[in-house]
Amino acid sequence: MNNPQLDADGRLKHLLSIEGLPKKILNQILDTAESFVGVAEREVKKVPLLRGKTVCNLFFENSTRTRTTFEIAAKRLSADVISLNVNASSQSKGETILDTINNLIAMHADMFVVRHAQSGAAHFIAQHVPAHIHVINAGDGRHSHPTQGLLDVFTIRKYKPDLHNLRVAIVGDILHSRVARSEIHALTTLGVPEIRVIAPKTLLPTQVEKLGVHVYHDINAGLKDVDVVMMLRLQNERMNGAMLPSVQEYFKTYGLTQERLALAKPDAIVMHPGPMNRGVEIDSSVADGRQSVILPQVTYGIAIRMAVMAILAGGQAGGAQ
Amino acid sequence: MTSRKITLPDAEVLLQTLAEKLKPLLQPNTALVGIQSGGVWLMQRLLTMLDSTIAANHIEHGTLDVSFYRDDYAQRGLKIETRPSQITFDVEGKHIILIDDVFYTGRTTRAAMNELFDYGRPASISLVALINRGGRELPITPQITAADITLHSNQNLQLIQNADGILSLELQTSSE
Repeated sequence: MNNPQLDADGRLKHLLSIEGLPKKILNQILDTAESFVGVAEREVKKVPLLRGKTVCNLFFENSTRTRTTFEIAAKRLSADVISLNVNASSQSKGETILDTINNLIAMHADMFVVRHAQSGAAHFIAQHVPAHIHVINAGDGRHSHPTQGLLDVFTIRKYKPDLHNLRVAIVGDILHSRVARSEIHALTTLGVPEIRVIAPKTLLPTQVEKLGVHVYHDINAGLKDVDVVMMLRLQNERMNGAMLPSVQEYFKTYGLTQERLALAKPDAIVMHPGPMNRGVEIDSSVADGRQSVILPQVTYGIAIRMAVMAILAGGQAGGAQ
Repeated sequence: MTSRKITLPDAEVLLQTLAEKLKPLLQPNTALVGIQSGGVWLMQRLLTMLDSTIAANHIEHGTLDVSFYRDDYAQRGLKIETRPSQITFDVEGKHIILIDDVFYTGRTTRAAMNELFDYGRPASISLVALINRGGRELPITPQITAADITLHSNQNLQLIQNADGILSLELQTSSE
């Protein structure tokens, strides 16, 4: 099968989704990120790898955190970065995506980081750019958010290095979540034996079991003895129609409280991709509590994005080492 | 080219020589930095061999993986396996002794120096290599080596560490 993410030698060319990436590449990204974590703690928080390269952040959909961390990552690699909020400019004047891209290529852009509300947008761009240009998907519709999935796995590995012995629960709005999909693919590929999804029926995609996960509708049963609790944001902006009775009702049945967290293993970690709705999917005392690794996730997100860009941008002319 | 038999020196014997030559350089305010991977193996051995001198002078040590500073990144890309650099001491004002296994073009040393300067401004940097194989391409040369030989550019000399930690040299010749 032709995998648009890999070149003829099996090396990463674009990062579009975790689905379809071999374990070897996932581990290469995670291990490389390990080396980048220390760079941020030095006197000079920069390495010269992407000196002279131009990275374009193309955000057709807003996301402050993802855009900022991609921008910091590119700058710490010494790239020049342009961040474009596209829906506010050209698109509103009627320019097509490909015209926007072609204009940036004419300005000698080397890499595109793409966020779009439409599933498949990054794939579409990757299919149209010349061979020396790389595309990173920074979230497309409900489909995929690979760097978020990778940084989540990286965070888990930091706190729970033995992935082959973990029980992971993903809680909340699985239906609208590209993050959940990316996490499930990454965790499965890396050999996590038990993944649970905890959500009301209305927030689960049909046939979610086919992804190899165990489905729970009762959060108390689902959290029992898990090592990792990954909360998802309730995506109000993506919901059409009344899938839930009310936000208060949701917190009562699916919100992560201290009492519920006590059902997980005593050393379980709590994660959230942000932005958090305090008092909706997660109680403030848990978000700020001892088991929360929500802020380390943000820090590691930069290392992961540096690793992905560094792996993509190198070695144009020759073979792999 | 005509093939020519080369007898490789015993790396363990070279290591003894290197330790003797290195000893006078170990003074207060000095730090050892091994370059991955061969330089780190050598440094670990030297730390044990010279432990009393190292303890007496409070010599600190660290490791560098120069992958992010290599000048062939654009051609060859990133190595599949990188290891985090670990410099936990303050580089500012230190006399740094870089340790590498095989000295060849000098490009690894340049990358290591560039990386070191991102940690601070050292008082001085010197280079110790187990063996100098000739062929430098930059105005850089090791201050201390245990042996100097001349190899052709199609020959690749590597330091190997076996499961028991014993070091040896291996020469590979590629056809041109």
